[in-house]
Amino acid sequence: MCGIAGIIHRDGPGDIGSEMTRMLQSMKHRGPDSSGFALYGPPDDLLVMRIKLADPNEVRDYGWADRLERHRNEIEARLAKLGAQIDTTRGDQEYAFRVRFRYSGELKPLADYVEDVPGCEVLSLGHSLEIVKDLSDAESVSERYRLSGFTGTHAIGHVRMATESDVDISGAHPYWAYPFSDIAVVHNGQLTNYHMWRRRLERIGHRFQSECDSEIIAVYLAQKMDDGLSLETAMKQSLDEFDGVFTYLVVTADALGVAKDEMAAKPLVLYESPELVALASEEVAIRAVIGREIDTYDPYERQVLVWSR
Amino acid sequence: MKISYDARGLAEPNAWAPGNATIEGEGSGRKAVFDAADLTTRQINLELRRLVYDEQITDVTIRNPGAKHSIAVGILARCRITIDGSLGYFGCGLIDGPEIRITGRVGWSVAENMMSGVIMIEKNAGSLTGAALRGGDVVVRGDVGARTGIDQKGGTILVGGDAGMMTGFMMQRGRQIICGSVGGGLGDSMYDGAIYVGGKVASLGTDCVEGELTADDDEFLARKLRIYGMEPNASFRKFVCGQKLWNYDNLEPAERKLVL
Repeated sequence: MCGIAGIIHRDGPGDIGSEMTRMLQSMKHRGPDSSGFALYGPPDDLLVMRIKLADPNEVRDYGWADRLERHRNEIEARLAKLGAQIDTTRGDQEYAFRVRFRYSGELKPLADYVEDVPGCEVLSLGHSLEIVKDLSDAESVSERYRLSGFTGTHAIGHVRMATESDVDISGAHPYWAYPFSDIAVVHNGQLTNYHMWRRRLERIGHRFQSECDSEIIAVYLAQKMDDGLSLETAMKQSLDEFDGVFTYLVVTADALGVAKDEMAAKPLVLYESPELVALASEEVAIRAVIGREIDTYDPYERQVLVWSR
Repeated sequence: MKISYDARGLAEPNAWAPGNATIEGEGSGRKAVFDAADLTTRQINLELRRLVYDEQITDVTIRNPGAKHSIAVGILARCRITIDGSLGYFGCGLIDGPEIRITGRVGWSVAENMMSGVIMIEKNAGSLTGAALRGGDVVVRGDVGARTGIDQKGGTILVGGDAGMMTGFMMQRGRQIICGSVGGGLGDSMYDGAIYVGGKVASLGTDCVEGELTADDDEFLARKLRIYGMEPNASFRKFVCGQKLWNYDNLEPAERKLVL
């Protein structure tokens, strides 16, 4: 089933951390396995990287905490070695942390070098994008990672009921479009030509951390944009090139988009106003952030919509 | 508040109605209003059933439904229910008799398997509106999503705006009146029934053909649209089953026994 949600403020930043938590918590019944957030803070010269050192549900032996500490120091050493000047680091969990740094080189060698540390996965990298995902419901994740008060312009989120791959952080949404900065995707549905697209993208050098079909949507769109297409054109092409049922949301540094498959098989409710656009798998999620009576509608099949902040 | 076995329906034996309704008036003219903002789906339905079955009130208003799912399902009594706001998915399903007015919009699968009565929706509706409808009228003044009246077996669906793809998919009886345009695959694999469309048709589904609009059809359209105060500026076209997929034998049950 899964639940997806997105919000974009068109009149300046808001408390998207709390808003997305409320939206996702109201859809907890759609996916109790894991919750994920992709939040866009104010853009900055510095890069921000969210890293997972291990999975929370893996067996913890005696050396677990020490090993993670060693891996974290190793990552910081590797960043420094590539010429990144670390500004701040923050460990929300012993198995996940966030680092801000100044760096002007290519992102792929940097991310590859960091992921070469055993068990490590780069969850997001960009000038404003931060992806936070973990097991359990939205409120617990939000509390653990202190997301309340996270100020920004737009965000997407996902509550997951695992059907295609494992219940762990690697299988949780949103997915960052590794290695393209500031692009992320959440998806409700199943892609039936996943393996074909995964091989195609792997042949041009992309890496995939999970067995989850949603991961390829992010990389597919980012690759098309890197080839010179606009976000909207890339999304329109995806309607013909992906098989299966899907409703997905995509976010870039300054835009939020939604695409629905040709069967309109997965639900989505949309609220649009000059100040704010909110969309979710269920209307209860939109009402969790807008208290007054509102008019909403369902986008039709094969619809692609994009809003800029 | 304790309620009778009939009113409780399939709720757990220890489920209690909140009893927060205010009842006004005397005798058969009594009206009840309650606020659903802080109630769960179960509590809203128990309170509604308590009022309709135990208190025998025939006019109930629910305020602040907050787009919750599965509200006002399985009501098998003649009554008038006003829902002041929007519903989520599976609203007003499995009902037999009530006249329901919803001032907001509804999500997917409203009026699923409705037997009789009227549901009037002032704004938009999601996909699968009137799925497996058996009787009664479902009126949507706004737009509807995909697969409207899938597996419809009777009754009438009226849509003031546009409808999505696969409208009337596999419908078996009944009628649909769509004042606006419809998406692709109209009436795909329909067995019987009629779909009247006022706007454009993106494409016809398998075995759906345009039929001739008779004087009876004109009378039916004029009557239904007048009842609900809809005045579309459209000239309707009628779509029916092409009967190319009718591969049934035409033996009577007694004859089939003989053959076997």
